[in-house]
Amino acid sequence: MLKVKNIETWYDLIRALHGISFEIKQGDIVALLGSNGAGKSTTLKTIMRLLYDLKEEQPEKGTIEFMGERIDRKDTDEIVKMGISYVPEGREVFPELTVLENITIGAYTRKDKKNIQSDLENVFHHFPILKERVKQQAGLMSGGEQQMLAIGRALMSRPKLLMLDEPSLGLSPLLTQEIFGIIRNINQKDGVTIFLVEQNVNMALKYSNYAYLLENGRIVRADKPQVLREDEDIKEFYLGIATEQSVKGYKRYRRKVRFR
Amino acid sequence: MPLGQLLIDGLAMGACYGLFGLAVVIIYKTSEVLNFAAGETAMVSTFVAYHVMVFYGYSFWVAFVVALIFVAILGVAIEYFFLRPAKNPTLLGLIVITIGAQMLLMGLASWKWGAEQKQFNIPFSYKVTHEPIPGFIISEWAIAVFVAAAVVMVFLYFFFQHTKLGTAMRATQQNKHAAKIMGIKTDRVFAFSWAFSSIIGAVAAMLLSAKNILDPGFMMESFLRAFASAVLGGLMSIPGVLIGGFIMGLIENFFGYLLPAWKPITAFVVIVLVLCIRPSGLFAKHWVKKV
Repeated sequence: MLKVKNIETWYDLIRALHGISFEIKQGDIVALLGSNGAGKSTTLKTIMRLLYDLKEEQPEKGTIEFMGERIDRKDTDEIVKMGISYVPEGREVFPELTVLENITIGAYTRKDKKNIQSDLENVFHHFPILKERVKQQAGLMSGGEQQMLAIGRALMSRPKLLMLDEPSLGLSPLLTQEIFGIIRNINQKDGVTIFLVEQNVNMALKYSNYAYLLENGRIVRADKPQVLREDEDIKEFYLGIATEQSVKGYKRYRRKVRFR
Repeated sequence: MPLGQLLIDGLAMGACYGLFGLAVVIIYKTSEVLNFAAGETAMVSTFVAYHVMVFYGYSFWVAFVVALIFVAILGVAIEYFFLRPAKNPTLLGLIVITIGAQMLLMGLASWKWGAEQKQFNIPFSYKVTHEPIPGFIISEWAIAVFVAAAVVMVFLYFFFQHTKLGTAMRATQQNKHAAKIMGIKTDRVFAFSWAFSSIIGAVAAMLLSAKNILDPGFMMESFLRAFASAVLGGLMSIPGVLIGGFIMGLIENFFGYLLPAWKPITAFVVIVLVLCIRPSGLFAKHWVKKV
């Protein structure tokens, strides 16, 4: 469905993505994991072409294909129309619009009014709490509700691929679990392919079918979650399970990795 | 003491300022840029209407429509050719660009039409008056101003609250980044708000010039007053601007009657006092961004 080949993204003189490639298959939940500054959000922004303001030629190298069509030189609104929807990091709802206005603006690119209504019902079905708050200003809601609103808004463009940037940011473990449950529901019932960027490696591995691990702008692991869970590095540095000490008695923070 | 007339004249003048303040506020609402070229854009369009009427001999309404079309194109052109090419613009930089555009337009107008004062006649003269209630004299000009202000207000309310484009404009103002993600063409929204604001500004300017005179500098002071009433109203709320305009017009008219020498500055003094007490304006409810 989405094929990313060898993309490089630069912020002025700094190369954020060192030529990464990955693929997302229809119907999957794919996770992109990594620590702060690894380039996860940059990857998503590059796909959405949101870094366009920075430089016309973004990404500098490589190609992005969606449903067999190249999108690495298209405008953001065309990409949205093609069926990619993006929930940005930190919610980014429109604070002074009501909840209903926030949701309906998600369908801005669509013209089919009848289906919009049924999609609205679908969003309320996934997030019943939004239905109680339709008239409320979005900025006055709690973080968890805003996250739900952001996901609901993204669903309104009827996406084929939903990209989520850290849906668990700033949420309690219980709420995180709820959100992930809903994401799985959206994937299974609505058949939306999901591309998930997460720091919460444990949760992401629990809910995804396939995962990529990003480190310093390079993909260093790509496998099924069951396999990654048993990986020594991931256990030690991301899941914090093994507390192995080196010969000198120091805790190691990074092992040398071979880049693919 | 002609209280009623002072009241009505003040309100009419205030409606003009409010109307013109709306032109400033619409651009500020979508892009947070203060458009200092608004006055001169409107002035040029008034000259275009004057030109069509005097040199081609068409009626006022034809000239009116031509001027509105012209000013919409002019507004978009300023946005497209002056503001958009700015690389990594800061807000202040953009504001300075609008000041540059203002000077350019003023120069062009004095070159084309000359700096001498002209008479701009519209079908609603302020010399034709009615007296529906004894003591309250209302001119046809004032009626036209009230009608225009009411129509624009109602239209703007419906536009911003109930249309897709209006909601998109509000969304763009609140979070440009997220608006882009929704598939809104933010560049087009900006261009549209410039056209929109220029049209409203042109209507206000034509009404103002019918009361005063027409020359390349006639919008300078009116713009300042309109801007002040917009600030008084909070720069964000549309009804607030109009109310700010009314307050401005009333203060000016009453003090102008009592202390004529103080007329030009009283309103500004009041604004300074109001802003000392409520720095964000009377009707602002600006959202404080949470990080």
